Amino acid sequence: MSQTASLRAQAETLGQSLPALLAEAEHLAATVLLGEHGRRRAGQGDEFWQYRPAHAGDPARAMDWRRSARSDAHFVREREWQVAQSVSLWIDSATAMRFSGDPARGSKADRARVLGLALAVLLLRGGERVGLSGMVPKPGRAQIFALLNGLQTEDSQDYGAPDVTGMAAHGRAVFLSDFLGNLDLTEQAMITAADRGIRGVLLQVLDPAEEDFPFQGRTIFESMQGALRHETQSAGDLRARYLARLAERKDALTRLAAVTGWHYQCHHTGAPAQAALLWAYRALEARV
Amino acid sequence: MIPAVGFAFPALLWGLLALPILWLLLRAIPPAPIRRRFPAVALMLGLADQDVQADKTPWWLLLLRALAVAAAIIGFAGPVLNPASRALGTGPLLIMLDGGWADARDWPRQMEKAQGLLAEAGRMGRPTALVQLTDAPQQIDFQPADSWTGRLAAMTPRAYAPDQMQAWAALLPAQGFDSYWLSDGLAHPDRAALTAALSAKGALTVFVSPRPIFALRPAGFDSGAIELSAARSPAVAQTTLDVIARGPDPAGIDRELARATLSFAAGASEAQTTLTLPPELRNRITRFSLLGQRTAGAVSLTDDSLKRRKIALIAASADREGLQLLQPTFYLRQALAPVADLIEGGLGDVIAANPDVIVLADVAQISPPETEALLAWADKGGLLLRFAGPRLAASDLSRASEDPLMPVRLRQGGQQVGGAMSWGEPKTLAAFAEDSPFHGLPLPADVTVSQQVLAQPDPDLSARTIAALADGTPLVTRKAIGAGSVVLVHVTANAEWSNLPLSGLFVQMLERLAVSIRAAAPLTQDLAGQTWVPDRVLDGFGQDGPAAAVAGVAGTDLARALQNGPSAALPPGLYAGGARKVALNVIGAQTQIAPATWPVGTVIEGIEQATPQALKGALLTAALLFLALDVLAALWVSGRLGLAAVLTLAMLASPQHARADAAADARAIEATRGVVLAYVQTGDAGQDAISAAGLMGLGDQLWGRTSIEPEAPMAVDLERDDLEVFPFLYWPMTAGQALPSLTAYAKLNKFLRTGGMILFDTRDGDLSGLGGSTPEGQMLQLIASGLDIPPLEPIPKDHVLTRSFYLLQDFPGRYAGSPLWVEAAPPGAEQTDGMPFRNLNDGVTPVIIGGGDWAAAWAVDENGVAQFPVGRGYAGERQREIAFRFGINVIMHVLTGNYKSDQVHVPALLERLGQ
Repeated sequence: MSQTASLRAQAETLGQSLPALLAEAEHLAATVLLGEHGRRRAGQGDEFWQYRPAHAGDPARAMDWRRSARSDAHFVREREWQVAQSVSLWIDSATAMRFSGDPARGSKADRARVLGLALAVLLLRGGERVGLSGMVPKPGRAQIFALLNGLQTEDSQDYGAPDVTGMAAHGRAVFLSDFLGNLDLTEQAMITAADRGIRGVLLQVLDPAEEDFPFQGRTIFESMQGALRHETQSAGDLRARYLARLAERKDALTRLAAVTGWHYQCHHTGAPAQAALLWAYRALEARV
Repeated sequence: MIPAVGFAFPALLWGLLALPILWLLLRAIPPAPIRRRFPAVALMLGLADQDVQADKTPWWLLLLRALAVAAAIIGFAGPVLNPASRALGTGPLLIMLDGGWADARDWPRQMEKAQGLLAEAGRMGRPTALVQLTDAPQQIDFQPADSWTGRLAAMTPRAYAPDQMQAWAALLPAQGFDSYWLSDGLAHPDRAALTAALSAKGALTVFVSPRPIFALRPAGFDSGAIELSAARSPAVAQTTLDVIARGPDPAGIDRELARATLSFAAGASEAQTTLTLPPELRNRITRFSLLGQRTAGAVSLTDDSLKRRKIALIAASADREGLQLLQPTFYLRQALAPVADLIEGGLGDVIAANPDVIVLADVAQISPPETEALLAWADKGGLLLRFAGPRLAASDLSRASEDPLMPVRLRQGGQQVGGAMSWGEPKTLAAFAEDSPFHGLPLPADVTVSQQVLAQPDPDLSARTIAALADGTPLVTRKAIGAGSVVLVHVTANAEWSNLPLSGLFVQMLERLAVSIRAAAPLTQDLAGQTWVPDRVLDGFGQDGPAAAVAGVAGTDLARALQNGPSAALPPGLYAGGARKVALNVIGAQTQIAPATWPVGTVIEGIEQATPQALKGALLTAALLFLALDVLAALWVSGRLGLAAVLTLAMLASPQHARADAAADARAIEATRGVVLAYVQTGDAGQDAISAAGLMGLGDQLWGRTSIEPEAPMAVDLERDDLEVFPFLYWPMTAGQALPSLTAYAKLNKFLRTGGMILFDTRDGDLSGLGGSTPEGQMLQLIASGLDIPPLEPIPKDHVLTRSFYLLQDFPGRYAGSPLWVEAAPPGAEQTDGMPFRNLNDGVTPVIIGGGDWAAAWAVDENGVAQFPVGRGYAGERQREIAFRFGINVIMHVLTGNYKSDQVHVPALLERLGQ
């Protein structure tokens, strides 16, 4: 009984949060116009590609009788080859993503989820198969709700590491994280993915506070779970060196992306999400 | 001078030694860290702090804290500024104040010093006595010091000098005591004796103010100039001082009439100056005073001695050839010329000159117009002095009935005694009766009268006789005429009938009659025999006031006081005896102003009372302030507060007025959103509701018919609200409404001057005409009396209000037919040819006054239905329509001014008027 009650409570909580998240993602996705990403060759698809003279062996039902009737030869109607890609999303759900430097701003996790979901909406609308890492990518609008459910899981670790399990080979991957944790784990995951022919996008989501470091005075900095801690007497003095470290981290990510043929971009929660969404969509589309 | 600082608990100051320890301790303890959740901490691992000193407290924060602690330590040690340093005595203590006029100079400081001495004696528990030496000498008894505090506060300086020191010395208590003497620093009689007596009883400390004392001597008059002199003590550096002559101006207002400068040479104790003034101005002077000296000694009241009277001498027609010595006016002229301005001429001419005295020497014939003029002149205070003579004796003047210009009826022929053709000796004078103005004048034995006119023995003859011969025959008679009087001397003004004019008594009698005035100080015999009533009395500060409670004094006492200076019984002031006035001043012509000399060994101190001032509160406040600053600074250092926030918090201490302004601003924005019609709140809720509903109804009509689209009407509280944002105020009169305050009147007047309009509505249908007796009309008068309202007139037929939107001829509200008053047209407004209207007021009439109760006619409820019936049937509805049209015209007039006077519309208007 109690289990049912708690399930119901959870479901209601979900029902309250999901539509908002979904609506936001849909709203965001609506700002991007869908472009065709056909393969520019004949194949399976919905769009007309060309009429070609029928060869021997062409099945009779492949004939385009209307076209054939206008001439003496038989013509087959070929369609453009449209291939649905498998796109796997990994959205960091570690506690570090729950940070927000300003109560008025959403957390990094919120932004990452919205971006990921909006990207999924776009891709699904384009006919691609989309899944979260660890899930089998599936097409169709119904998949959105599966994604939504998957996004509810929350990690209790300080920093997350990309999970490449379950990603289809030669598919596409999107990593949404702040990439503030151990970079080696990210690097390993990307190399593994690159080995399996997976290309993709690294979208680093940072809070403006992390970019600006507006702190002064004697401060003890703690990670979100308190596992890491650093004490400084004058936070203001630390700023320059912190920013150098951050730039170094971004450089490493850029380099990693270049080596593996991925795309890297840094996005701040203080900036509008559309730009990041557009960039990510383009970056995916370039290779899809 | 560096003020001395003492401590109540100096031992606590050792606590300051702990400051360096505190410094070290504070320095070792850094500010508490702030904890922050920050995911990017992963990037910071391993970053060491560059400045290792940063974990110590900054030096300025340390300084702040050290200052706070130091201020607290010093504050608790009880610092006192100007601690009392005099050796404190024990035993009884006598505190004496001179309390004379010279003390008025420094009286507040004397009081302060005395209070300080009393408080000190109270702290020491000394029995104390407090004595003002100008009081009547009395037994001195010692009491607790506290019991004197109230009496000290009630003491005021007297307007005379302490003159009874010998008596005080005799009354000193037998026991030994110490003395504090707050002296004025002037030499007074017997001061040495009192000083010696006090020194014999115990230690004597004298407190003397270092400031010089100035005294103004009575003004003299010599050869046309007023001589002013002043004395000072001590005579030190060169200084100048202004003397101010004050008196009533022609309007009767007391003001400065003239000013002269006195220059004291270095070391000189006296200074003189002269002041030349026209007689009219000089006669007005009531007092001289030294500028900036608030003592009775720096004030010199003036009496008759400065005045020169205008006396008209008129003798019988001078056609008679005769010797100079036999002329009737010869002796009068001799007596009066030095002290008065003489006018001679015809009677009609001299009355016009308005002299003080008119002397008629043996004049019997006065024409009726001249009689009238003389009576009117005497009624206003003139003195008519008549002398008898052969003509008077021979005439029928005042024979059968009393002439208005004669004090008595005369018998025919007169009396001749002791002459060559008669028996008897010439008559001598009887002693003057007590009620006579001449009482007290010595009678020379050789004054005789050989011929005179005789008075009829009427019932009031004895009352009118002020001098008589030894046998009781009246010699001088007097009768009052209004404020003035007529005096008849029953002998001639020359030596023909009597040798009286040859005697000194004649001059004195003239003085007593205030005919002539002696320039010099009055002598004893001039004053003796009369009771002198104080008119104005000076207080110690030189302010004169009415002498209500001072009894009259005998002339001899006054003469003595004039010699010796005033006393408690004879305060300085202006004494009146009959028509004469004598000023008794603090400083006489011979009064000595000399610094007091004290026996060698007397302790002399200044009277500067340096009040001990406890600094504890100030220091503790400073400590708290430092600590508050420390809180802010510590917050800033630890990064919990931005610098801006710290500064903001620091500035929050200043009081904020923003809240009240915000409401006023919101109201002003509301009122300026569009055209807002406003009404004045009367305090009568019913009437206010009608006003609001009326303006709402008028606003609806304006919306419907014109391009004026007013917002909802607003109520105006004259005391609180700004009026400038409204173009138009409707002000209904209610009987009970409160008058606007002065600030509200100022706002209203500004509103009217800057183009606003007020529609005053007495709501009484003008039952009794404008300003009638209805309560509302009276309230309107009351309210409008404070307003800057131009001249008004009933609205002329061509006023712009009759055509500013609708063409109107009458302006009914709920009541019809009441006149409407607007600003009057300028006098020069005339109708030019071809124009239907005069070019009237340029601008909006600031007020419209009427009694139509327009708001009631306009009033609608929330459904837009009229609230109050107007008239009856269709005619009533028509009247309401006209009322609305009037309202529309008024608002149009307010908003467009005299636009409709513009001649552009004349042809169209002419055409419509013609139909």
